[in-house]
Amino acid sequence: MQIIQQVLFVLLAGAASWLFYKKASEIKRNILLGKEEDLTDQPSVRWRNVVLLALGQKKMFLNPLVAVLHFVIYAGFIIINIEVLEIVLDGILGKHRLFAEPLGSFYTFLINSFEWLAVGVIVVCVIFLSRRNINKLKRFISKDLNGWPRSDANYILITEIVLMSLFITMNAADRALQLNGNEHYHDTGNFFFSGLLAPSLQSFGDGTLVAIERACWWLHIVGIFAFLNYLPYSKHLHILLAFPNAYYARLDAPGKMRNMPSVQNEVLYAMQPELAPADAAPPARFGAKDVMDLSWKNLLDAYSCTECGRCTAACPANGTGKLLSPRKIMMATRDRLEEVGKNINQNGSFQDDGKSLLHDYISVEELRACTTCNACVQECPVSISPLDIITELRRSLIMEESNAPQEWNGMFSNTENNFAPWKFSPDERDQWATA
Amino acid sequence: MAELMMNGETPEILFWVGCAGSFDQRAQKITKAFATILDKTGMKWAILGKEEACTGDPARRAGNEFLFQMMAYQNIQVLNGYGIKKIVTTCPHCFNTLKNEYPELGGHYEVIHHTTLLQQLIDEGKIRMKEGGEFKGKRITYHDSCYLGRANDIYEAPRKVLEALDAELVEMKRCRTKGLCCGAGGAQMFKEDEPGDKRINLERTEEALQTGAGFIASACPFCNTMMTDGVKLNEKEESVQVLDIAEMIAMNME
Repeated sequence: MQIIQQVLFVLLAGAASWLFYKKASEIKRNILLGKEEDLTDQPSVRWRNVVLLALGQKKMFLNPLVAVLHFVIYAGFIIINIEVLEIVLDGILGKHRLFAEPLGSFYTFLINSFEWLAVGVIVVCVIFLSRRNINKLKRFISKDLNGWPRSDANYILITEIVLMSLFITMNAADRALQLNGNEHYHDTGNFFFSGLLAPSLQSFGDGTLVAIERACWWLHIVGIFAFLNYLPYSKHLHILLAFPNAYYARLDAPGKMRNMPSVQNEVLYAMQPELAPADAAPPARFGAKDVMDLSWKNLLDAYSCTECGRCTAACPANGTGKLLSPRKIMMATRDRLEEVGKNINQNGSFQDDGKSLLHDYISVEELRACTTCNACVQECPVSISPLDIITELRRSLIMEESNAPQEWNGMFSNTENNFAPWKFSPDERDQWATA
Repeated sequence: MAELMMNGETPEILFWVGCAGSFDQRAQKITKAFATILDKTGMKWAILGKEEACTGDPARRAGNEFLFQMMAYQNIQVLNGYGIKKIVTTCPHCFNTLKNEYPELGGHYEVIHHTTLLQQLIDEGKIRMKEGGEFKGKRITYHDSCYLGRANDIYEAPRKVLEALDAELVEMKRCRTKGLCCGAGGAQMFKEDEPGDKRINLERTEEALQTGAGFIASACPFCNTMMTDGVKLNEKEESVQVLDIAEMIAMNME
């Protein structure tokens, strides 16, 4: 009987890890469909960003109450996962609470702390569920999240509550068996929350208690494996990708737009033809029409987004009723990238599907509303730049499609001919000094 | 600049006036105010005059990289030709482009915004305020320009300059990193708003009016235009004035 459980466990763990690995590799491949961009300079600054922004959640703490709540879930979730190590080893070796004896009273302390954290996680998840579904915070009821994204957020919170409850119930049944003097369940000492529940479970009888304990143990670990494989399809992927995203964040002044050396050179060769190499070929595309035209960092951004909507809440265009929502820009980029990924899975390489990020996923009207004010970039707790995607798509609109509002065309021709965006003669430029 | 060169002189600093400062009637007043301040401090300064051209900021942000690169090429040729080392500008957009975007195109200069220079001049005692000046005890609210604040992390210099006016500084609900855009950036200045419920400049002006300040201080000619329009739309031009920080200092200088 024991050996069947062990084999089953190993098979399950293997399958879960393999599936996760497969999907993770697919995501990595998708991200690398983006254009190359070297973001490895100044490693010390980058590590500092990882520690402050990802690990320390610096930007979350601009709103301290929410930050503390979020930190409880995050710390609870990560620290409690240390306990998964024991579960996995128990599962493989067919042991029960492998670490209890060697660690002694420290084990009691450890599991007891985990229980406190688990209850903390449950409480915060309930608060977060109510912020989304009862208090209906503006950024959570936005139409950006209609359909799957809204359910996704709720599923995650509910799953965390279930996983933590299973953990406490498992400990309670275990403790009840210990109190009943069952030999297999040796004394681990009392844990606070399960210790409160245990006495009322004692009367169930050992058979039922063992069944409860085993059921919780299995559901808990199966739940964790399922959650692991749900992550890559969910907004919750940010718990992993926030770290590389902080590391690879652009370090330039936020006001600096990415240069286009191809255009720079083309202008240089037009002005100084003697510098032009004989074989200078123009780039295939100017700006970004589809996800493959964006930088790989933009694509990592898209997978790192947890759809919290702080960007959209700060966006001046969105706040005054315009169509643009920076969060939606990130969600659209990820959706399109996933679609391109599926296309590659089916066809071996990307086959034109007649669609593109620009127009099919993000409209001209959205792009036109942006004031490039950097509020979305400033707000993002995980170092995402929706602005960068917006300006890359704008480049494609103008340079590939010559798609500009009439007023902008006027501004362009004034700039080109009069060296100012308005229709004034360059000769009048210094008239203010004499008038 | 050309004249100075002919006389074999080099200026301490080049004042990059910008297109708004050169052509826009309202912004010309800011330009003149800043020029007056520079003169009073006895600094040796120059302008490019007719040789200055748009930095290319609105074209680049609209998506026209070709036009931006053309403007950048011309300007860098001129600036490098004169051997310019240090530039001051009254426009945060020019400031951002010259400081952050020209270096990788071959234009390396020390670029400062006029609010930072004003702060330095006040600290050095080169700008002295009148006793009991125009703004003493009056309520002023400062509107953060996106291209000064979030884009370049300059939040304190404009406020420190305003403190020298001995006025009561009040902050809007959204300020500093959370400052709301005036609605002009990203080439929005040059086109109509996209469909929506409200103009951004109106939203921002209402926030400024809520502070009860009699003066809205700006540090960008485009913000100034947007806020001035917002004040007019609210029919508050009798009681609320939108002024550039340079104008306020010029009015209050000894």
